[in-house]
Amino acid sequence: MLKQLLRTATIGASFLAMQSCWAATDITFYYPIAVGGPITKILDGYVAEFEKANPDIVVKPVYTGSYQDTTAKALTAAKAGTPPTIAVLLSTDMFTMIDNDLVVPFDDLAKTAEQKALLQAFYPAFMANSMTGGKTWGIPFQRSTVVQYWNKDAFKAAGLDPDKAPASWDELVSMGQKLTLKDASGKVTQWGVQIPSSGFPYWLFQSLATEAGATLASPDGKKTFFDDPKVVEAAQFFRDLSVKDKVMPEGITQWGTTPEDFFQKKIAMMWTTTGNLTNVKAHAGFNFGVAPLPAKMRGGSPTGGGNLYIFKKATPEQQEAAFKFVQFLTTPERAADWGIATGYVATRPDAWETPKMKAYVASFPAAAVARDQLKDSVAELSTHDNERVTQGLNDALQAVLTGAKPADVALKQAQANAVRLLKSYQ
Amino acid sequence: MAGAHRQSGSVAGGTAPPAHRLAAPMQNWLMLLPALLFLVVFTIAPTIVTIIDSFWFTPHGAKAATFAGMAQYEALLADPIFWQALRNNLLYAAVTVPVSIILALAMALWTNGRIKGRAFMRLAFFLPTMLPMIGAANIWIYFYTADYGLIDQIGHLFGAGSHNWLGNPHTALGALMVVAIWKEAGFFMVFYLAALQQIPPSLIEAAQLEGANAWQTFWRVTLPLLMPTTLFVGVNALINSFRVVDQVISMTGGGPDNATSLLIFYVYQTAFSFWDTYYGATISTVLLLGLGLLSFLQFALFGRRVHYR
Repeated sequence: MLKQLLRTATIGASFLAMQSCWAATDITFYYPIAVGGPITKILDGYVAEFEKANPDIVVKPVYTGSYQDTTAKALTAAKAGTPPTIAVLLSTDMFTMIDNDLVVPFDDLAKTAEQKALLQAFYPAFMANSMTGGKTWGIPFQRSTVVQYWNKDAFKAAGLDPDKAPASWDELVSMGQKLTLKDASGKVTQWGVQIPSSGFPYWLFQSLATEAGATLASPDGKKTFFDDPKVVEAAQFFRDLSVKDKVMPEGITQWGTTPEDFFQKKIAMMWTTTGNLTNVKAHAGFNFGVAPLPAKMRGGSPTGGGNLYIFKKATPEQQEAAFKFVQFLTTPERAADWGIATGYVATRPDAWETPKMKAYVASFPAAAVARDQLKDSVAELSTHDNERVTQGLNDALQAVLTGAKPADVALKQAQANAVRLLKSYQ
Repeated sequence: MAGAHRQSGSVAGGTAPPAHRLAAPMQNWLMLLPALLFLVVFTIAPTIVTIIDSFWFTPHGAKAATFAGMAQYEALLADPIFWQALRNNLLYAAVTVPVSIILALAMALWTNGRIKGRAFMRLAFFLPTMLPMIGAANIWIYFYTADYGLIDQIGHLFGAGSHNWLGNPHTALGALMVVAIWKEAGFFMVFYLAALQQIPPSLIEAAQLEGANAWQTFWRVTLPLLMPTTLFVGVNALINSFRVVDQVISMTGGGPDNATSLLIFYVYQTAFSFWDTYYGATISTVLLLGLGLLSFLQFALFGRRVHYR
């Protein structure tokens, strides 16, 4: 019995050894899931298609939880000496990945003209979080941006034009006041707008700061401008929406339940990611619209979402195979397909020219709003020691929104905190 | 217990030859080995590494770790978020531990009596314990939602206004505590139920013969006999209250403005979201010392009032 077992094992081992001689570059692919829909099924389909076209490459897709889990797993695996070959991580993780010496720039890997051209193929707004120091560290894959959704029926009931969302801050307030309804006892039954502020308020706040004409951080990720008067103005406006203009619920509102508040008609407008588009389309029991965010000095929103990164510790063969896989995942046709299936913004202009995407936009024009806003979009806040710097801003914003601190004091503290954390990177 | 001792004594001693007498400790160690091995690999070794790491600065990529001495501990003392997390955690423990113990005892006394639907009541009380925290937390987030959440809907019946329970720094921590108590009390009830069934009816009958009323019987007989269970439950509840992390992550993320940041959550945030793992080790070490001290005090002080039979 034992002998037989041993023999089987030996044969198995030598077979494996033989196989690895002629075959296959293995690459490991970590990916998170951050939106609804059958993501695993779609990606498994892409992998199967890719392996069919490239029989000498074996891709092992590994679902690794949320974005944060995926970053944690990639960093931990790297510390243990076995990082993935390729991973989808937040575009804002770029500096963290560089500082930990984990990833390689795509410029160093691009050999063919086609590969070099790929680096120029995407919307510049998405490349802002993918490049630093003249090198491209990430390739845009599942990217999003912030838009406003509005309840057309509620607009009609309030005597507003149901096809026109607020285009400026002033309109946001004046329309919001018409949309804020009270019952006989003075209790609010419907709020004008909700900009959720739990968890990562910095993202939606960055829209306000951008519109006020401010920039939150330098492109090299070494400086922040949290105490800029325009940033303070944006934070004050955020707070004023609930305490002065009284068009938004007070305190910290939940990111996760905001779409539900919208479906329940507790709020007439909401700001959230384009990634919620498919969800809203499926669950809103009323006519709704999607529009770019209202403007102050300018329009605008940060981008968000995940990029593809290739890891340093992989062999040159693996990196070459990984680059091929990146090329495969980001062709115009696949970018269009991925965008339609998930609600992410298709990452390159030519994806929007594909017949499939054209037909989709014709049937569902709201899908193109995010794309049209890209010309005004800015890089999502990202610095060295990113999570910690950002957390300082999150804390400051929540302190402002709950009335614990005045805007200028809170943001000055966040700025001092960021200066201290970034000192060693200057 | 005494009987068990006598029995094992007779196996080891008596007719066994002297050689076996020497081998007995060896045998004991061998029996312990598997558990000990796991303890060393998964508890003791990581603890030692954590303590060592707490004296270093976190390495970053090509930059190696540098020796920090006490610098990380000094940073900790000056870290306002650490102090806030500690304050939050002490408050969290001070409320959830006694309340869930008292509730557990009350529920156990009630469902121990001969009432209709006893099994159903016990199940109902125990049910929250069986739910995974992440699931329970997500249900409660909806309970706490302003206006159409369950809590506010009930409040509306009594004319209360709209409350943003998790979004207000004054109510957020309290809202978390309610969920913790709801989840823990049923679990501790099971221990009290088991203990109540261990109390010999003769003691209760004796008390009644002496003319003790229900309250005196409970206060003088039942409660003292439950003290070992209370100590056990108390230590567990206290340690649990300093181990909460999933609840914070899924309900508030520590917000608003760190109002619900608890110690382990702050350790998690520091180590796995800020990637300052060695500073995370510093906080862990302080937490470890604090909890060790607390358990020691609990055993030392409470121990006197606890009578094991």
